[in-house]
Amino acid sequence: MTSVAQTPHSHGAVVPKASRAEQFASFDVEAFETPGGREEIWRFTPMRRLRGLHDGSAPATGELTVEVDGPDVTVETVGRDDDRLGAAGTPGDRVAAQAYSSFTTATVLTVPQEVRAGVTTVTLTGPGEGKVAYAHLQVRAERFAEAVVVLDHRGSGTVADNVEILVGDGAKLTVVSVHDWADDAVQVSAHHAKLGRDATLRHHLVSLGGDLVRVSPTAVFAAPGGDAELNGLYFADAGQHIELRTFADHAQPNCKSNVTYKGALQGDGARTVWIGDVLIRAAAEGTETFELNRNLVLTEGARADSVPNLEIETGEIAGAGHASATGRFDDEQLFYLQARGIPEGVARRLVVRGFFHELLMKIGVPEIRERLEAAIEAELEAVGA
Amino acid sequence: MSTLEIKGLHVSVATDETSKEILSGVDLTIRAGETHAIMGPNGSGKSTLSYAIAGHPKYEVTSGEVTLDGEDVLAMSVDERARAGLFLAMQYPVEVPGVSMSNFLRTAATAVRGEAPKLRHWVKEVKEAMAELDIDPAFAERSVNEGFSGGEKKRHEILQLALLQPKIAILDETDSGLDVDALRVVSEGINRVKAGGEVGIMLITHYTRILRHITPDFVHVFAGGRIVESGGSELADQLEEHGYVRFTGKQEPAAIG
Repeated sequence: MTSVAQTPHSHGAVVPKASRAEQFASFDVEAFETPGGREEIWRFTPMRRLRGLHDGSAPATGELTVEVDGPDVTVETVGRDDDRLGAAGTPGDRVAAQAYSSFTTATVLTVPQEVRAGVTTVTLTGPGEGKVAYAHLQVRAERFAEAVVVLDHRGSGTVADNVEILVGDGAKLTVVSVHDWADDAVQVSAHHAKLGRDATLRHHLVSLGGDLVRVSPTAVFAAPGGDAELNGLYFADAGQHIELRTFADHAQPNCKSNVTYKGALQGDGARTVWIGDVLIRAAAEGTETFELNRNLVLTEGARADSVPNLEIETGEIAGAGHASATGRFDDEQLFYLQARGIPEGVARRLVVRGFFHELLMKIGVPEIRERLEAAIEAELEAVGA
Repeated sequence: MSTLEIKGLHVSVATDETSKEILSGVDLTIRAGETHAIMGPNGSGKSTLSYAIAGHPKYEVTSGEVTLDGEDVLAMSVDERARAGLFLAMQYPVEVPGVSMSNFLRTAATAVRGEAPKLRHWVKEVKEAMAELDIDPAFAERSVNEGFSGGEKKRHEILQLALLQPKIAILDETDSGLDVDALRVVSEGINRVKAGGEVGIMLITHYTRILRHITPDFVHVFAGGRIVESGGSELADQLEEHGYVRFTGKQEPAAIG
């Protein structure tokens, strides 16, 4: 019955040419070659639109303003010499290293041990149109702490930054990173999460605005028993490039990771890229991992790339799988809803809302969920869908 | 009292390059309070008739007309047809992930009735309609048709029929895939709607089985894309006994042995 079918494609377990384990990493920007755009990790990115973040031609001309609103956390502004910095991970590409080499002060946000914190909102405002900023943020949930931290990116300009997320033993941390930039903004960001023993991380990435947004969330396990969920919701409009590169790095036994990314695209030149790397190293017995990417292409002229990479170096795992599908809007769903009297525009919105519903429900912060629902409605109304 | 009139309806389905005619001149008039059984073998075009009336984009009307109380149905969009009073219970109801049944029903009722039903009355109305069809209240919070069994899907089609109260209801093989109990529950649901006397029903079926629960006023045999014989319920009895061989030239039973 389907005239425009979903086109699910299930790859076999894709084993990348170069192992993710061997990817170069350094804090020093000069240790990286300047990428030209053909490298595996850059080949989807329109390099010209990076405004020089990748080749050293974009000195800092402004700052990312950081405001923290949360009663139960401590906030420090620290210098480059603070020896806590860099604990969660090492930059894995030249822009992340550029950010690490270029920031002047960093913000460290700590949830003290055994504290159950309310919602903390960190508002990160861009340097302004035509300006460039480099930034560094570290979020620390100490032993048995429980917290929800919202990183709310807004404003204009060009930004490269690293976010470190340290989840202590037995801690439960939810990070909701909302990238709701103005139309001109360019951001390249790396999130480095490190989980202690029996730690739980719920990482939700929401990318809506900006001209080009490339975020690379990585979860590594420092001890057994960790549980990381990396969720992502993105909506690209005409001309927007949204690139999200997740990496679950299993080097410890009995850890879990679950990656769920869903995107919608509409308008000419709307472009999304999802790269989902999972590496199960030899020591990571008992690993359980699954990753899923779904893209919903709402109009002609939009393109979604979806690349799951799964590397498994031990047979002693609990489970590993992935799924990826990119489909056009399902006309049968539309017909069914319309056949019940529901006008086309309302029906389209119902279907898209339904598509994101599962991910929105996972974000356990009602005010953020409501804001995102409203933002999705606004996106849909913009094209009169 | 409403009337659906189908005159000289020709419908084609577009395949990759060519267009194939499925309906070759259907004439049928259904009035409020009447129940018409459309019976025919597989591939005779029964489902095409239902989809063409509902406005599925895959089917192209090449000639003929369909009117509801004199209004040109073919000029209406799919949702306009539903709001005008047409209802199609589908053979294969579609899954809509992430949209709860309760949200869907309320959105549909709001569209068809022209205003949002008062919440308090609505909750009661849905609850009662679900209970009458032996539907567990928990289904209200599940995604539309997602993971439902065949029988659960069909019950929910009839639930929608009961709530949306159309002028003309087309039931496309609502009986297929139902076990004896589910068939009874679904048939009783249809009979309750029918008992109001205000709806005209087109009951499309391959088998005579459902006609033991729902008595048709007219029976039409469908073959080769049109109605080849019409009669009363005695025609269904003949089909029960002899199958469709007289109409198609090959053995195909209408009764389940």
